[in-house]
Formats: sequence, C-alpha cells, structure tokens
Amino acid sequence: MIVVRLKPIPEIREMLEGHSNVLLVGCNTCAAVSLAGGEKEVETLLEALRLAADAQGSDAEFTGGVIQRQCEPEFVEDLDLEGYDAVLSMGCGAGVAFIAENTDLPVYPALDTMFIGAARGFAAWQAECSACGSCVLGQTAGICPVTRCAKGIMNGPCGGVKDGRCELGDRDCAWVMIHERLERQGQHDNTCTPPKDNAAKTACPEWDMGGHRENVKR
Amino acid sequence: MSLREAIEAGRFAVTSEVGPPKGIDVSEMMETAEMLRGRVDALNVTDNQAAVMRLSTIAACVHLKLAGFDPVLQVTGRDRNRIGIQSDLLGAASFGITNVLALTGDHVMVGDHREAKAVFDLESVQILQAIAGLNEGHDMTGNELHGVPDFFAGAVVTPDSKPLAPQLAKFEKKIAAGARYFQTQAVYDIDSFAGFMEFARARDAKVLAGIVVLRSARMARFMNANIPGIAVPEAVIRELDGSSDPETTGIEIAARFITQARDLCEGVHIMAVGAERLVPRVLDAAGLTEVVA
Repeated sequence: MIVVRLKPIPEIREMLEGHSNVLLVGCNTCAAVSLAGGEKEVETLLEALRLAADAQGSDAEFTGGVIQRQCEPEFVEDLDLEGYDAVLSMGCGAGVAFIAENTDLPVYPALDTMFIGAARGFAAWQAECSACGSCVLGQTAGICPVTRCAKGIMNGPCGGVKDGRCELGDRDCAWVMIHERLERQGQHDNTCTPPKDNAAKTACPEWDMGGHRENVKR
Repeated sequence: MSLREAIEAGRFAVTSEVGPPKGIDVSEMMETAEMLRGRVDALNVTDNQAAVMRLSTIAACVHLKLAGFDPVLQVTGRDRNRIGIQSDLLGAASFGITNVLALTGDHVMVGDHREAKAVFDLESVQILQAIAGLNEGHDMTGNELHGVPDFFAGAVVTPDSKPLAPQLAKFEKKIAAGARYFQTQAVYDIDSFAGFMEFARARDAKVLAGIVVLRSARMARFMNANIPGIAVPEAVIRELDGSSDPETTGIEIAARFITQARDLCEGVHIMAVGAERLVPRVLDAAGLTEVVA
C-alpha cells in the first residue's frame, strides 16, 4: 500500500493561512491503514489546528470527515464542499490531486506521500517499491534495489557496505540481502544488468490521461 | 610513462591522487601534484569526492595534463545522467584525457549538499559498459560517434569488504564490463590480499593495491571503526602504538606492504589523504626509486 506521513503542523498552518473555513478530508484506505489519514487522525489534526487558531486569536473554522477513497470518483463525488474556502486532504498525493480536479477550491496536502510499502509490525512500514515502471524483482530475489539500495544500484553492493549495513548507517545493504536470498534460492548474481529503461515510466500510456480521456470516460 | 603504458608493459605501476579545490584556485592542487612529479605514473583526480561540491574533475585533469602529468579521470554516477556522463567523457577525450576510473560515487547524503537529487542513472558497472561502447565508436543507444575515443577504463574493488562474496561478484561484473585495471580500497593484511589476488589472477584482472599511510594507532583504529572495507590488523596497530615515531613507522608499514605486494599485483595506488609529502618517502622506503617521467 501507499505509505504516507503527517507533515509538520507549522507547514500545514502556513498553507492554510488566510482561509477561514477549512474542510479536512481523511482517506479510509491506505492513509487510514498507515495511521495518518483515518478518522482518528482527522480528529487529532482538527484539534491541533483549532487549538493553534485559538491561541492566535483567529476565528478560522475547521470541520472534518473521512471518505473511503480519495482517488475514486464515486467517493469524491459525495464530498459536499458548500461553504468551505479550502480543503485539507489527509490522503496521498493522488487523493489531493483528484479532489482538486473536482473542485474550484484550493486543496492542500496534510500528508507527505513516502513509498509503496509492506507492514512490518504495528504502524511500521518497510519501503518495498518505488513504482519505477520497469520491475527487476525477478532478478533480485524479490528485494527491490531501486527502492532499498540508497543509490538504486543494479549490479551489486558499493564500497560503502560495512558488515552488511549501508553506508548511510540507517538501513541494511539491499545487495547483501539480495545475495543471501539468491544463494538460498540456489541462484547467482552473475550477469551485468543494463541501465534502467527510464522511458518505460515516462512513456506509460496511463501516465497522463490527457490524450486518452475519451477512451476511459464512463 | 603513463598508467596505461606501465600496465600494458607489465611494469609495476604507481598512482596517487589529488582532489580539486572548492573554488577556482588550483595552486594547492598543483603543488601537491608537484610533490609527486616523477614518482608516479598517474594521478587520480577525484569527482566531487565524498559528495562535496568542488571544481570540475575534467577541468582539474586539463590543468594536470598541461603541466605534464598523466591524469586519471574519476567518473561517478551520482551527479550526471547517462547523457551527461557520455558527453563529459567525450569532452575529456578531446583533451587527450583517456584514463578513466568508473565509480558509483558516495551518496549525496554524506556530502555538503545533502538535499541534492542523487542521480545514479548509471553506476560503476554500467559506466564501464558505456565507456566500452564509446571505445567501439557508438553511444549507449548505438548512434555512431564522429571521432572515436580510446579510453583506458578501470574500476575499484574492496578486497576486505564484509561480506566478501557480493563484492567479488561485482568485481567479476566489472571485469566483464571492460575494466582494464583495478585500484583497491586500502589494504593492510598481506595474506588476506594474497588470497584476493589469487581470485583476481584467475580472472586476469590487473590490480593496483590501495595504500593509505597510517600516521598513528589512533588513525588505524578510527579507520577500522568508520571506513567501510578497511581492516588494519591488530599487529599493525600494536606496532604503531609502540612506536616513538609513528609517522616513520607508518611509512615503514606502507613500504613493507608494497615490497611484499610487488610479487602479487601490478602496482600500488597511494591515497595520501592530505599527507602527500609522505608519498616520496614511502616510495623510497619501498625501493621504488626509479624515476617515472
């Protein structure tokens, strides 16, 4: 799923400056599961924004709600934005963008969209995929070097690996993990992987629906 | 002599390195090079080393070339995509700079512009492949070049990397991708290095052993703790600890290693890390007194 995290409150407040009636919209799918945009988090952020506004003597009003998915028309169409002068989305970037496409109000992101990840315990997510558009997991024992190697190296560990740890110090070396798992699978990393096809993503027909809208309109 | 001639002729090669300045005053870099004149076959020129922004490597290579040195252009994949890398390589070759060392490069996060975009469109193996293509007269997409360069491409290897197997697999890929010589991370244990050289010999790789002159036991311990792929043996640390003149002892340790390595590998790469004045003493002590032009 898509892993998101809350922006610093001062950054959110700066975006909302000048608005007096803001609707916070949570997203009950990825953002809720990553504990950043569900009902509880909407309530918490509402409280924080109200307290901050009070402290500043501002009479700005904040209202909150959650929809199932901000990235789908059937849910976004249900949003009643009457009377508000801004929307604060607690969804991923796609949610922010899709709500913005469906209103003339300014829509601001309360979250930063980080990566596509897998659950590793309560509220713990490991980045597993960068949506690069040309998957190499078949050659790397299911460990993504684009995502998990800090340099996105395709051909093995750099000289910065120290006892299996990345030179950045905060993560394991993806290539050491890849080698260990390949070995368990009875495979070897012995062919040079060519440079990535970065065009695969840019040229993806769904990347920009501008030229294809006619075909997908329901 | 040049690095290429030394390696192709089978003569023990000596290289060292200089770093371009932050700014446009190259006088200190050139003074460092002068300390090494006649004592080394070639001088590596680092590429925004440690991800710290500095004067361009190619410009620094041109300065050295004009002063009669044989520069080795270090090329990393960190700051340029495949268009920039190929373009810069052609630019360097147009000045007669053809020794290249292909590296992935330190991450921007360890440098002085940590918010920069880390490119890594190509990494070391792929840079070697790109160079092989340029040498064949075409770019990475097969377009023909007008005027074909003749690069002498090399790469790096860390013989004491832990774990070693992934490092050796990558070493083999670099050989396959066209690395004609290797410079190693600093090595101190001659037996361990001999083991690595057996692996390298079997693959016909030409290796310049990396030498960093130790100046104190403290420096050795610091390197063991902090520099990936460095393993200074306890006996060496004790030797420095017990010395009344650790600088001279460090020179002796380096010279002894070089003397022993002469039968094992094709040369040495001395990384002086700010103590270039010691390099001629190390070479004297190692009996590498033959003046290289």
